Amino acid sequence: MNREKLVLVGNGMAGVRTLEELLKLAPDKYDVTVFGAEPHPNYNRILLSPVLAGEKTVDQIILNDEAWYDGHGITLHKGRMVTRIDRRQRRVRTADGLEAAYDRLILATGSHPFMLPVPGRDLPGVVTFRDIHDVDRMLAAAARGGRAVVIGGGLLGLEAASGLSKRGMDVTVVHLLETLMERQLDAAAAALLKQSLEARGIKFLTGRETQAILGDDHVRGVRFKPALSKVEGDGGEVAADLVVMAVGIKPNIDLAKSAGLYCERGVIVNDTMQTYDPRIYAVGECVQHRGRSYGLVAPLFEQARVCANHLAELGFARYGGSVTSTKLKVTGIDLFSAGDFQGGAGTEEIVLKDATRGVYKKLVLKDNRIVGGVLYGDTVDGSWYFQLMKDGTDVAHLRDHLLFGQAHLGDSGHGEKVSQVAAMPDHAEICGCNGVCKGAIVRAIIDRKLFTLDEVRAHTKASSSCGSCTGLVEELLASTVGADYTQTPKTRPLCPCTHYTHEEVRRAILDNELKTIPAVRAFMEWKTPDGCHICRPALNYYLICAWPGEYADDAQSRFINERAHANIQKDGTYSVVPRIWGGITSPQQLRAIADVAEKYRVPTVKITGGQRIDLLGVKKEDLPKVWGDLAEAGFVSGHAYGKALRTVKTCVGSEWCRFGTQDSTTMGIRLEKMTWGAWTPHKVKMAVSGCPRNCAEATIKDFGVVAVDSGWELHVGGNGGVKVRATDLLCKVETMEEVEEYCAAFLQLYREDARYLERTAPWIERVGLEFVRKSIVDDEENRRRLAARFRDSQQHAQKDPWAERAAGVQRQEFAPLKTVPAVRAVA
Amino acid sequence: MTVKENWIEIGPLQDIPRLGARVVRTPQGDIAVFRAADDAVFALDDRCPHKGGPLSQGIVYDRRVACPLHNWVISLESGEATGADRGCTRRHEVKIENGRILLRLAAAHGAGPAAEPRCASAR
Ligand code: SRM
Ligand SMILES: Cc1cc2nc3c(=O)[nH]c(=O)nc-3n(C[C@H](O)[C@H](O)[C@H](O)COP(=O)(O)OP(=O)(O)OC[C@H]3O[C@@H](n4cnc5c(N)ncnc54)[C@H](O)[C@@H]3O)c2cc1C
Ligand code: SF4
Ligand code: FES
Repeated sequence: MNREKLVLVGNGMAGVRTLEELLKLAPDKYDVTVFGAEPHPNYNRILLSPVLAGEKTVDQIILNDEAWYDGHGITLHKGRMVTRIDRRQRRVRTADGLEAAYDRLILATGSHPFMLPVPGRDLPGVVTFRDIHDVDRMLAAAARGGRAVVIGGGLLGLEAASGLSKRGMDVTVVHLLETLMERQLDAAAAALLKQSLEARGIKFLTGRETQAILGDDHVRGVRFKPALSKVEGDGGEVAADLVVMAVGIKPNIDLAKSAGLYCERGVIVNDTMQTYDPRIYAVGECVQHRGRSYGLVAPLFEQARVCANHLAELGFARYGGSVTSTKLKVTGIDLFSAGDFQGGAGTEEIVLKDATRGVYKKLVLKDNRIVGGVLYGDTVDGSWYFQLMKDGTDVAHLRDHLLFGQAHLGDSGHGEKVSQVAAMPDHAEICGCNGVCKGAIVRAIIDRKLFTLDEVRAHTKASSSCGSCTGLVEELLASTVGADYTQTPKTRPLCPCTHYTHEEVRRAILDNELKTIPAVRAFMEWKTPDGCHICRPALNYYLICAWPGEYADDAQSRFINERAHANIQKDGTYSVVPRIWGGITSPQQLRAIADVAEKYRVPTVKITGGQRIDLLGVKKEDLPKVWGDLAEAGFVSGHAYGKALRTVKTCVGSEWCRFGTQDSTTMGIRLEKMTWGAWTPHKVKMAVSGCPRNCAEATIKDFGVVAVDSGWELHVGGNGGVKVRATDLLCKVETMEEVEEYCAAFLQLYREDARYLERTAPWIERVGLEFVRKSIVDDEENRRRLAARFRDSQQHAQKDPWAERAAGVQRQEFAPLKTVPAVRAVA
Repeated sequence: MTVKENWIEIGPLQDIPRLGARVVRTPQGDIAVFRAADDAVFALDDRCPHKGGPLSQGIVYDRRVACPLHNWVISLESGEATGADRGCTRRHEVKIENGRILLRLAAAHGAGPAAEPRCASAR
């Protein structure tokens, strides 16, 4: 078969990432040829700073070695600069005369370091900081010792300064403005940063504009313009044996321009990463998209994904621009910056400053949404803020404790709260579920060259279970590989079978009336034939929610617990938990449970934390009989296995308790009768307490009700478990009927809006309490409609799965296909 | 029971749901028999190489099954764990004749009469 020819010019981070994405989508579509001006295979440019500082070697930062190119049949021309594109003939040509034809071309030529137009800039000893060659030159200079002057107090300049200082040079940083890293920091954070770099022996000359670089056959110093050199010093000159020019970058558009492609500051591309020549795509720092160019890898990787999608002719991904954040990679200094950190008209700032701890945090809010921020000294919550910012979450309800971070005292599973993962010892356990320690994660990241959270999950299992350590793992990724491109992007696909997000899939289901899982997969061009264990249960839920009564549940797309309606145990047996409405039982019920336990020799009978009784260790084939007996005694399934309503915990309330203000038990039973059987994105727990002493622990439930003299307080979004979250008060109502209506409306909003496997607590943190309030409290009409939709769907959902199965439904699920007795082999 | 050249008939194909599995109890332990979307059948020991989870209870897709206990994904063709996980579970031969499923058990250990499908990488 004749394959199309794809040529990549620029063997750097964005270009090769595009190829990697393309290989995932269409491995056989193209014959690929790569030209790279540098004499190396693709390496991680970000890590040049640690290489300079002596913390890593060049070998350790290679991302794709030659075997990778060979293994994918990619022809690599290293050390060859493309100087000409003949668009009519569709050929490229290198400086040394090599030619290659293309059907499609990707330009990923990166940037040029910007050189100040001052005399002496070409002198030996003046270097930039962009590639391995530059690092080699700096290392050679550092080996001779002496003085280094770094021009530019931005991210690159400071990383260079810190590296050279570690290598033993006497380093001075010259910066035009008073504020270091002014594009990422405000004055307060910059001052802290300067202090701590000074403490490491780096000198600063701020407010100086370079006039000339001095020297005859080698650099010997730097002179400043007089007007600005008023502050201190001796007439505005410093001596230097090495000058590093780190004043910025400009997109490398030389080649594109010479080929007549339309360029402004960068090569202009549309939302599919196509240039004005439809056969030519461009990605990376050389690109200008909607007026912006990017100099960080996270957005470039997003571009790469979109570009690959179009090269594979899938044609549906769009690049809409990126929100970026920055971290400084100087060991021992924690600094994070994102978005509009300066604030200004229409914004407000919340600031925390703790000089003794060396901590400074500032968040800029606009209309109660985070639009930017700077963190210095304690950056653990950087990714959380960044996520809230990208999601546009209304943080009004979080304001009081926003700056204290996401960590809550009640989090379980990883001991005392550690604020700086970088400072943790290697044996510190990061993932309590899978017992993975810091050292193992760091080793995996380095040895296996992991980039993303998902990769770390796959290789180490850390953060792959309860997820409470996700933040810590992201921190480790960030501190090990640098940059922040480890973060889960906002547009995270539902699972690896698709490019689409949960939201996009749900919208398509409704808009296009998709009513089966295969229909969704076909319509949305799933990449896999049958989906997987992640997307199938999610799709099954989304369809149930969208088409109540109409959608035919797909048992094979349910996790075993929901398929078998019992909870699988570690030895393959099952547990059975009958519903005990509101925790109220009777001698007759207890006797029936006791009979069942004896009859089927249930090894363990346990009172659960949810006010009911668990029969543990039931064999699968006994389940229908056990259920049959329980059904006869009036029990229905407790759904202790399901993403569904679990328990409604109650206290004794006004019927008995001397403090009780309302009949909490009856209220709880009414709520449980109304909501049982409902399938939800994740499990739902409720509670009703008879007074604010709150014996039913209503304030850590998904929906909690607390009785007061004048009525009922409604609380939402609580969570015990891994990450403890107390509820937010939604509102107060007076009657039991109102409690029911609000409860139904709240559950329906959650069912229709949350992502599969997202409990109400993280959901509310993502969408904001205001959204819930507006939809349910402020808008009476909407509340009624939501409650009505919930009740409608309940008509179809409240069928007891146990009774059905005891009566023979899905009998095959519970019996072996065959029992083979011991046989002698017949020859 | 029909036993011909050690092929044991275990039932009609339609008794296993598509993208599902059923268990066959044998003197060697439980065996999970899977049916893919295209009606191909596979048989593995019903024990996950991780911690012995019953693979028959997992979610089946493509040529794989996700273990119900901790979500390791096991190849139905080779019995090996996929992705970054390492481990392998024993395979057995199965085939379909006239809509009936026939199973031939791999020898418990050592060389048996039936060809013993091995894991490519016994780790
Ligand atoms: C039986 C019980 C423990 C007990 O012996 O008391 C229990 C047992 C299990 N819990 Fe639980 N949880 C039980 C009450 C709780 C509670 C307390 C409560 O509900 O008041 C919590 C904390 C409250 C909360 O959820 O907000 C709790 C937080 C969890 C979590 C963490 C959830 C989270 O959002 O962080 C999980 C994991 C999950 O669901 O993903 C979990 C998962 C499990 C599973 C289902 C694990 C599994 O998937 O196999 C256990 C099933 C055992 C079984 O077969 O019965 N269980 N679990 C309790 C059943 C109550 C009931 O009657 O239904
Ligand atoms: C020291 C340093 C630290 C950094 N730290 C961070 C960080 O912490 N976080 C972060 O997100 N980003 C960081 N960056 C930025 C990040 O490295 C870049 O954004 C990213 O590498 C750009 O990718 P690219 O593919 O567009 O360009 P590059 O990776 O520069 O690749 C372009 C390649 O094209 C080659 N080329 C150019 N023209 C031609 C031609 N005509 N023919 C053949 N080959 C050609 C170049 O030689 C180069 O190899 C850092 C950069 C540096 C230099
Ligand atoms: S019952 Fe809950 S707390 Fe106990 S081991 Fe299981 S999941 Fe963990
Ligand atoms: S036992 Fe199968 S994944 Fe753990």
